[in-house]
Amino acid sequence: MAYQMNGTSVETDEEGYITDISLWSKDLADLIAQDENIDMTDDHWEVVNFLRDYYEEYQIAPAIRVLTKAVKKSLGPDKGNSKYLYELFPYGPAKQACKIAGLPKPTGCI
Amino acid sequence: MAKYEVPELESHRDIPSLAPGAMAESNPYPAAPEHQEALGFPGELVDDWHDRAIGKFGELLDRSRSLRVYMDACVKCGACTDKCHYFLGTGDPNNMPVARQDLMRSVYRRYFTLSGKLFPGLVGARDLTEEVLDEWYRYFHQCSQCRRCSVYCPYGIDTAEISMAAREILDAVGKGQKYCNEILGKVHKIGNNLGLPEPALVDTLEGIEEDIEDETGVKVRLPVDEEGADILLVTPSADFFAEPHVDGLIGYAKVFHQAGVSWTLSSYASEAANFAMFIGSYEQMQEVAKRIRKAAEDLGVKRIIVGECGHAWRVAYSFWNTLVGPFDFLDPNYPVPQHICEFTYDLIQQGKLNLDKSANDHMTLTFHDSCNVARGSRMGAEPGGQFHIPRAIIKACCNNFVDMADDTIHENTFCCGGGGGLLTDDLMELRVKGSVPRMDALKQVHEDHGVTHMAAICAICKSQFAKVMPEYGFEMDAIVSLHQLVSNAIVLDGQGQEDEEDGHADMADENG
Repeated sequence: MAYQMNGTSVETDEEGYITDISLWSKDLADLIAQDENIDMTDDHWEVVNFLRDYYEEYQIAPAIRVLTKAVKKSLGPDKGNSKYLYELFPYGPAKQACKIAGLPKPTGCI
Repeated sequence: MAKYEVPELESHRDIPSLAPGAMAESNPYPAAPEHQEALGFPGELVDDWHDRAIGKFGELLDRSRSLRVYMDACVKCGACTDKCHYFLGTGDPNNMPVARQDLMRSVYRRYFTLSGKLFPGLVGARDLTEEVLDEWYRYFHQCSQCRRCSVYCPYGIDTAEISMAAREILDAVGKGQKYCNEILGKVHKIGNNLGLPEPALVDTLEGIEEDIEDETGVKVRLPVDEEGADILLVTPSADFFAEPHVDGLIGYAKVFHQAGVSWTLSSYASEAANFAMFIGSYEQMQEVAKRIRKAAEDLGVKRIIVGECGHAWRVAYSFWNTLVGPFDFLDPNYPVPQHICEFTYDLIQQGKLNLDKSANDHMTLTFHDSCNVARGSRMGAEPGGQFHIPRAIIKACCNNFVDMADDTIHENTFCCGGGGGLLTDDLMELRVKGSVPRMDALKQVHEDHGVTHMAAICAICKSQFAKVMPEYGFEMDAIVSLHQLVSNAIVLDGQGQEDEEDGHADMADENG
C-alpha cells in the first residue's frame, strides 16, 4: 500500500501505517484521516500533535491515561476521558490516531 | 477488509449448518523477513520447504509423545465438533476441532505411518503440498488454543498442542505470523510486547501514582527496578497502556500498599505475556521466561507475583519450572509463582482489607473464566481454586454477582475469541464471530438478572471484549479488570481523612 501525495508515493505497511515516519506531513495526515473517514478538527490535531511530541521523547505512543491527562489539560476536563477520545477516533485513540500521526502501530494485548 | 455480518445473539444456539469455505479468506498478515529472522526463523518460504517441514514434524513427534498420541488416537466420535467457538460462530467445517486436527493428521499418516506410506488413499493420508501448507496457515490461525474441545474429547486430544506444532513447523519453513513474531522481537529487544521503553514506563507509572493520590489522598507507589524489594510483579504490558487493564494495575498497587509489602516492577522484564507459547516454540518460550528469572535474581526479590494475564499464568504456573527453574532462590514459604488473585484472596481471608462493597453498587457483575487460567493452570491449595478464588474476590468487593450458564463457565468456559495470538486487527471477522457463544451467555444474564458488567483476569480477554462487545450492543467499558473492582472497593488507611478534616463524613467509618 501507499498514499499518493503531490505526485510522490508514501509507502505503508499492510494496515496503512507509513513505514518511514520521517515522510509524515500535515497534508499526509489529512489524507490518511480522509481514508479513515475522519474530518480533522482542532481537537483531532491536539491529540495528533501530542502523540507526535510524546513519541519524539519516548519512542512509543502514550498510554491511555497519559493521553487523557494531556487532553484534559489542553482541552478541558469534559474532554479528558477515553469516551471523548473514541468519539474523535472511533477505531481507538491508540491505533487510529497513531496512524494519522504517522507513528507505528502499538502492538501487544491491546 | 471485506464486510461481514455480525451474528444475532441467541438464547439457545443450534449447531450451525456447515458453510464450507466460509472462513477461507481469513489469513493473518505474514511476518516480515526482519521479524522472522530476529527469532532465528527463515525470512520467507524456503526452497526446500517440503523436506524441512516434514523434518520438523518428525522432530516434534520425537520430542513430544503427546503429539504422536493425538495424531494416532482420534476415533472420529464427533464429541468435539460443536465445542469450538470459531465453529459455532462461523460454521466453517474446518473449524470443527476434529477437522482442524485432520489437516495435520492426514499429513502425519502419509509420512509417519506404514499404512499411509503404502496406501494413502485408503487411510485419509495426503501429500504435503503448498496448498496444504496454506491451509495450515489459515486454519491453525483460527484456533485460539483455548482447549475447550479437549475437555469434551474422550481421549483428551489437545487441539491447542496440535495448533502450536503446526505453527512451529510453519515458522521453521519461513511462514510466520506478523502479530506474534513482531511482538516477540520487541520483548527480546525492549522487554515487553508494546515496545514500551524504560523512560516511558517510568513516566506512565508516575502519572498513575498522581492519579491515585488525586483520587484517594493517599500516596501509593508503583516502583520500578527497586533492588531488595520482596516481591517482583510481572504483569502484561497492556496493564500500563490500555483500559480497563490499567484500572486493574491500580488495584494491585493499592492491595500491595495496604498489605504493607515491598514490591517492584522490572523494566527489563516488564511483560508477563509469553507469545512464544502461541507459536509453539519451546526455545523462544524459554528465552522470554529467562528475562523474568534474571530480573528476579538481579533485583534480589523473594517472591514473584503474576498480574492478570491468562496465558502468562499458564506459562508461569505450568512451564516456568521446566523452562527456567528451579526457583530455589525464592522464599519457599510462598507459592512459586503466585497469582495476584491468590495474594489478594489471602489478605481478604485474613480480614486485612477494608472493602466497601457499595462502591461497586452501580454494577451487576459476572465473571469470564479465561481459557488458559481455567484449563491450563490452577490457583490456591484446593482443586478448582482458579474458579473459586476470582469469584470469592468479586463477591468480597461487590454486592451484585451472577454467574453465566454452567456450560459456559469454569472448565467449560468459552474463549473470548481473541486468544492464542489472534488478537489482531487483520482477524477481526474471526474475533467478532468467535466471541458469539460468550456474548450469547452474557446477553442471557443481562436479560435475566440485569448483569451490566463482566470481569476478567486476562489482558487479551479485556482487549478483545472492549473491541467486540459494541458489535453486540454492549458498551466497551462493560468489560472490567477484576482488580478494578478491588480498587473501587478498597478503603486505604488514611483515605478520606482530608474529607473528615473538612467536616465531611468519614468514609471508612460509614462503610466499616
